[in-house]
Amino acid sequence: MKLSGWGRYPVLEARVHAPRSVEALQALVRSEPSVIARGNGRAYGDSAINPAATLDMRHLDRMIAFDAGTGQVVAEAGVLLGDVIASFLPRGWFPMVTPGTKFVTLGGAIAADVHGKNHHRDGSFRECVDWIDLIGAEGEIRRCSREQNRALFEHTIGGMGLTGIIARAAIRLRPVESGWIRQTTIPAPNLRAAIATFEESQDATYSVAWIDCLGRGETLGRSLVMLGEHATRADLSPVQARRPFETGAKRKRSVPFDFPSFTLNRLSVTAFNKLYYWQGARKAGVEIVDWDSYFYPLDAILGWNRIYGRKGFAQFQCVLPLAEAERGLSALLEEIAETGAGSFLAVLKRFGAQESPFSFPMEGYTLALDFPITRKTLALMERLDQITIDFGGRFYLAKDSRMTAATFRASEPRLRDFRTQLDAQGAARHFRSAQSERLEI
Amino acid sequence: MTQPPVLILGARSDIAKATARAFAAQGHPIQLAARNAETLAAEKTDLETRYGVAVTLHEFDALETTRHEAFLSALPELPRIAICAVGHMGEQEENERDTAAAIRVMRSNYEGPASILALLANRFDERGSGTLVGISSVAGERGRATNYVYGSAKAGFTAFLSGLRNRLAKRGVHVVTVLPGFVATQMTEGMDLPEKLTAHPSEVADAIVKAVARRRDVIYVRPIWRLIMTIIRAIPERIFKGMRI
Ligand SMILES: Cc1cc2nc3c(=O)[nH]c(=O)nc-3n(C[C@H](O)[C@H](O)[C@H](O)COP(=O)(O)OP(=O)(O)OC[C@H]3O[C@@H](n4cnc5c(N)ncnc54)[C@H](O)[C@@H]3O)c2cc1C
Ligand SMILES: NC(=O)c1ccc[n+]([C@@H]2O[C@H](COP(=O)([O-])OP(=O)(O)OC[C@H]3O[C@@H](n4cnc5c(N)ncnc54)[C@H](OP(=O)(O)O)[C@@H]3O)[C@@H](O)[C@H]2O)c1
Repeated sequence: MKLSGWGRYPVLEARVHAPRSVEALQALVRSEPSVIARGNGRAYGDSAINPAATLDMRHLDRMIAFDAGTGQVVAEAGVLLGDVIASFLPRGWFPMVTPGTKFVTLGGAIAADVHGKNHHRDGSFRECVDWIDLIGAEGEIRRCSREQNRALFEHTIGGMGLTGIIARAAIRLRPVESGWIRQTTIPAPNLRAAIATFEESQDATYSVAWIDCLGRGETLGRSLVMLGEHATRADLSPVQARRPFETGAKRKRSVPFDFPSFTLNRLSVTAFNKLYYWQGARKAGVEIVDWDSYFYPLDAILGWNRIYGRKGFAQFQCVLPLAEAERGLSALLEEIAETGAGSFLAVLKRFGAQESPFSFPMEGYTLALDFPITRKTLALMERLDQITIDFGGRFYLAKDSRMTAATFRASEPRLRDFRTQLDAQGAARHFRSAQSERLEI
Repeated sequence: MTQPPVLILGARSDIAKATARAFAAQGHPIQLAARNAETLAAEKTDLETRYGVAVTLHEFDALETTRHEAFLSALPELPRIAICAVGHMGEQEENERDTAAAIRVMRSNYEGPASILALLANRFDERGSGTLVGISSVAGERGRATNYVYGSAKAGFTAFLSGLRNRLAKRGVHVVTVLPGFVATQMTEGMDLPEKLTAHPSEVADAIVKAVARRRDVIYVRPIWRLIMTIIRAIPERIFKGMRI
């Protein structure tokens, strides 16, 4: 069948198997010459596609245990983060780390070592993983943790499915007093101000900025910095405090058809960005918002990836080391403004320190933007790649759909060691994705 | 507030599993009944972990009708809501050649489900409350060359549910007929189904929960199917017999 990631680009023909038990999964790993796991397909590009055999994990979605003392959940890898929240938020627990959509599987969150708005304080998803059960090339299952099969554990988290298939995992949740978030919005007139705000807000649990990509000169990088804290009972109104975990169900909207791509011309994006900036600036200050709107605003619009039309879209996401961040970000934003391809979503985030074999985060700033796929934006993204490399940055594989192997190699001094690990475990030829082939991982 | 138990017959079906989750999410204790019930241990643990409800497993074969009374008597409690997802499509071609295979399809979709719901109906009637949910199919709305053995058994089941509803309407017992269109499940895996007409099992589950709460009689999961079936039923037989549909 035809498969693509969230960006609907590229679209590849692939054979898909959807096993209903771990045993059936093991048998497939044994019988197929090469495979890749697929979670909920929220990675943007081709990382969860193997044309020969893609193993859809979504039927393996059973929870196995919960420890109300430690907040540890044990579950099969196809369980969605949203299901974890649905089950355990009412009991006072929330994921330690969450990406900007709750429609990811635990397997996908671990394989991409996803980050949230709290990376500067709490690190990446890896921090909440206690152990994983990994299926290797022979179909055998190995328990991997910080104590057991440590190298395999470290390389699997952030390993993009290339070390094997995660069958089950144990992750720890954080206790929260409510399902509400106390959000503070701080407008920043330009990039320097935004960075200063981030640096002053290191104590905030969550921080993220939305950037208006069309700002130029003095307004280059003007943005809204949004800080968040889990609301305590004292932060809530009496009505909210009575049932602190009931934030009310949201109405789901969906995008019913493919938008024609011309609706995304420069003008409409300019208007969108302006509106966003002024609306945010107007109600700057403190608000109490529910967890779903705060963490997952886009989840309320099912299938929003269709607004970019049939050709699909790509996301560019890089991280720049702290020392070079301001200069590098300026260069990136100038290049984008120059091209006039400002996108709906430009997100800036401060990362804390992280040492890991193949995960994306490093201490510094990460910038993420969506572009509709056109010849112009593809060329722009190649220029952004080069700027990133020039400033010592690297790229997020969960978002990539178009980089070249040479670009990737230039950005990844860790590639050799990662390959050595794959070879040592006999995984290199067995677990492959269209992305790993393209990037020659 | 403690919720009353829900019995799911044919609990290994994808639609059944999704329905069990939807009721468990509302706090209902769940009774899962299926052949080889012990293989549903992971589903039991899943429901208990997710929703903190009590779950019990029960051996049940819809075709062993002589054991149905004993099966019901062995349940920890007479359920308030019972949902039958038992069904078997078989291969039309095989059903044409092999009478035994065809009879199996007929019995699995009509005789077995009707038998167990009949016994439940009597117990609910006696108690004066309860809801029965039968998962039938739009295939039962009109016989078609490609699946009329399955379709005819579903037609029988649909008629049975309608009669049961009529009989029990004044007795406090409600009957819901579910006519899902295409659903992406084990039964249809590998078939090339049109995306817009194909529901996810959780959609069927949510529709069932809603239908039970609102005492709906007959539901099609995606509304478009009501229209499609109205049209298909309206085609004169003279024309219909020549169509490939
Ligand atoms: C709207 C939106 C917002 C996002 N925001 C963020 C964000 O804020 N931070 C962030 O870090 N990411 C973000 N992402 C990216 C997303 O979190 C990751 O791509 C995540 O990996 C998707 O999980 P999935 O289950 O859909 O996996 P898929 O997309 O199906 O797969 C992703 C990778 O994981 C591997 N994989 C999946 N399951 C397994 C398994 N069981 N065993 C081994 N490997 C496996 C696949 O092989 C593939 O390499 C966002 C994506 C979207 C669409
Ligand atoms: N999928 C669709 O497009 C679709 C459309 C309309 C209606 N339906 C109906 O929806 C219901 C659920 O089907 P599904 O799609 O979820 O497919 P499914 O997974 O194949 O479910 C059918 C279930 O019926 C059970 N069953 C069959 N014979 C049985 C018997 N003698 N005793 C006990 N259990 C028996 C099977 O149990 P085992 O696991 O033990 O075999 C299986 O779990 C069925 O009635 C089906 O006809 C489905």
